[in-house]
Amino acid sequence: MTPNTLGGGFADEARDAAFAFRACLDVMARPGRIGTLRGAVPPPPLSVAAGTLLLTLCDAQTPVWLGASIDNPMIRNWIAFHTGAPVTTSKSEAQFALGRWPDLHPIFDFSMGTPEYPDRSATLIVEQDNLAPEGTVLSGPGIREVTHLSLPETDAFQQNAALYPQGLDFYFTARDRIAALPRSTKVEAA
Amino acid sequence: MTKERQTWMGLLARAPEDRLKALWAETGMTPAFSWLRAPEVGGVMLRGRTGGTGAAFNLGEMTVTRCALRLTDCGSVGHAYVQGRDKSKAEIAALADAILQSANAAVLQDKLLTPLQAEEVSRRTSRAGKAAATKVDFFTLVRGEDA
Amino acid sequence: MYVAVKGGERAIDNAHAWLAEERRGDQSVTELSVAQIREQLSLAVNRVMAEGSLYDPDLAALAIKQSRGDLIEAIFLIRAYRTTLPRFGASQPVDTAAMRCDRRISATFKDVPGGQILGPTFDYTHRLLDFKLAAEGEVDATASAPASDDPVPHVTGFLNRDGLIQQETPDDAPPPDLTREPLEFPATRSLRQQALARGDEGFLLGMAYSTQRGYARNHAFVGELRIGAVSVEMEIPELGFAIEIGEITLTECETVNQFTGSKTEPPQFTRGYGLIFGQSERKALSVALVDRALRWAELGEDFEAAPAQDEEFVLSHADNVQATGFLEHIKLPHYVDFQSELELIRCIRAEAQSAQHQEAAE
Repeated sequence: MTPNTLGGGFADEARDAAFAFRACLDVMARPGRIGTLRGAVPPPPLSVAAGTLLLTLCDAQTPVWLGASIDNPMIRNWIAFHTGAPVTTSKSEAQFALGRWPDLHPIFDFSMGTPEYPDRSATLIVEQDNLAPEGTVLSGPGIREVTHLSLPETDAFQQNAALYPQGLDFYFTARDRIAALPRSTKVEAA
Repeated sequence: MTKERQTWMGLLARAPEDRLKALWAETGMTPAFSWLRAPEVGGVMLRGRTGGTGAAFNLGEMTVTRCALRLTDCGSVGHAYVQGRDKSKAEIAALADAILQSANAAVLQDKLLTPLQAEEVSRRTSRAGKAAATKVDFFTLVRGEDA
Repeated sequence: MYVAVKGGERAIDNAHAWLAEERRGDQSVTELSVAQIREQLSLAVNRVMAEGSLYDPDLAALAIKQSRGDLIEAIFLIRAYRTTLPRFGASQPVDTAAMRCDRRISATFKDVPGGQILGPTFDYTHRLLDFKLAAEGEVDATASAPASDDPVPHVTGFLNRDGLIQQETPDDAPPPDLTREPLEFPATRSLRQQALARGDEGFLLGMAYSTQRGYARNHAFVGELRIGAVSVEMEIPELGFAIEIGEITLTECETVNQFTGSKTEPPQFTRGYGLIFGQSERKALSVALVDRALRWAELGEDFEAAPAQDEEFVLSHADNVQATGFLEHIKLPHYVDFQSELELIRCIRAEAQSAQHQEAAE
């Protein structure tokens, strides 16, 4: 293990994690809103926002699935030291999945929960080059009327919303920017 | 290397806090270091097996303190996972782990590991000796029908 | 339905202050230290660790002190503390065959390899109060004998070798964890073991006793009971290898039980199992008997409608923190509920009275 994968964690764990958790909560409660998420300095090619998200939400009980364009030994060591989360190759076992949009397909292989426990579903973290309040039209809980977010496509998210109360939840990350799309949000092409 | 490291990390983790602190103080070592992970108290779920050899099950948790640090001089990295909630015990264990991977390993081997090992053997032998003194042989009394 | 009530804050504060004073007792008597409780009330400490489901003797001793010796209250404190701990991971399954035994007995084989070791047991005491303890005194030195380094194999291993007992095949699949996911029925044996390990000793003793008295009798022999220290080993993700992180005392009980065999299997013995934190042999025995009773379905036995065979009954009622929480909440204010009950009974009485009047009139 190279020592630099031991760095890049929260400088002040309790405070940084609390601020980061608040940011994750805010964007999930307001689908489409673009927030800022900083604190971690993960190894490349992971974004600051995605790295901070992993430190905030993952622990030894949350298997993480890594997309091919993200996966490398540095990332694995960094996740192991800072979160203790096991990296899994089984999509159905993963509680979090991290990758660029093409990596994650087919997304419905990830766990969508059960009718009794819809919460036993995966959260997908989608790395993008940019996040912008444009494109796909979002509406539903947490959105006053409609909002826009530059999603990678529309169909998959419409299919996902139709599974409610089961389904997947999404975070989108680009550099230190983050937005979220819970399964409860209605998605329409612009 | 891994085998030796497993041995000393286990010995440091099992050592009584007061003895580890006393022996560490006697080494006089005060290396400069920076935290990679400051001492943190948490839990580890302990597992058993049904029937002793069968399927794993969760028995209950145990308190554990962990930390990781890097020595300023040589850059050696030390880790500690030790039973209990004593943060200074974890710090000493991580410092020792880092030093034992560096050029100063021999000193610590003599002044810390050797006495800790001897004390552990002595504790275990003493307990095993008391247990051995309660070993019994049950004699079956002759039953009527066998006579 | 709960009713929000306001006020009473000063009364509550004063009640807490008085509680603290009562806990301390007569201040002319020396205060108990946590170390004294840990060392001298160690079986109470063990029980709080086992049912609190957290191995930490100092914390358990502190909880006993704070709870004035009310062990269920102490267990409650430990469970509450436990929820605040970040979970670093799970250990590898402990190797009880490598236990450094303080005690190891078998009721099935008298000449068992490794020997019968009584250990620090109450078994052969006469249960006479020892008034010498009322005065403080020194204890006599314990005898010591040369110990052998020979392994102390599990007794069931001998039966296993001859195929006379049902096998316990290793399975390393991550077991279910009822502290993370709610208990669901039917439960696997792994999940039952976790629930029983943290279950109330008294409840499990009663359940086990009921099987001995004929409610789902399964003729348990104590194949082996062992108490001693085992090392705890854990895989450390950032190191990439496993290390020992500590040492704990456990009590393990394996029972050997009857089995008549089936069309597919020749007659062989079956097993019950109990593994408990600390020195806790009554609990380990109880768990082994209840474990065996709960296995009726997988062993092709009849369901006799005995309480100890009913996993929903046993597992849902074994947890004393859950039970005491639900039981004790009924003493909290239920004013509106009761008001409605009062109104209801007055209404029913009035109706009954008017009906009587009507009958009398007719």
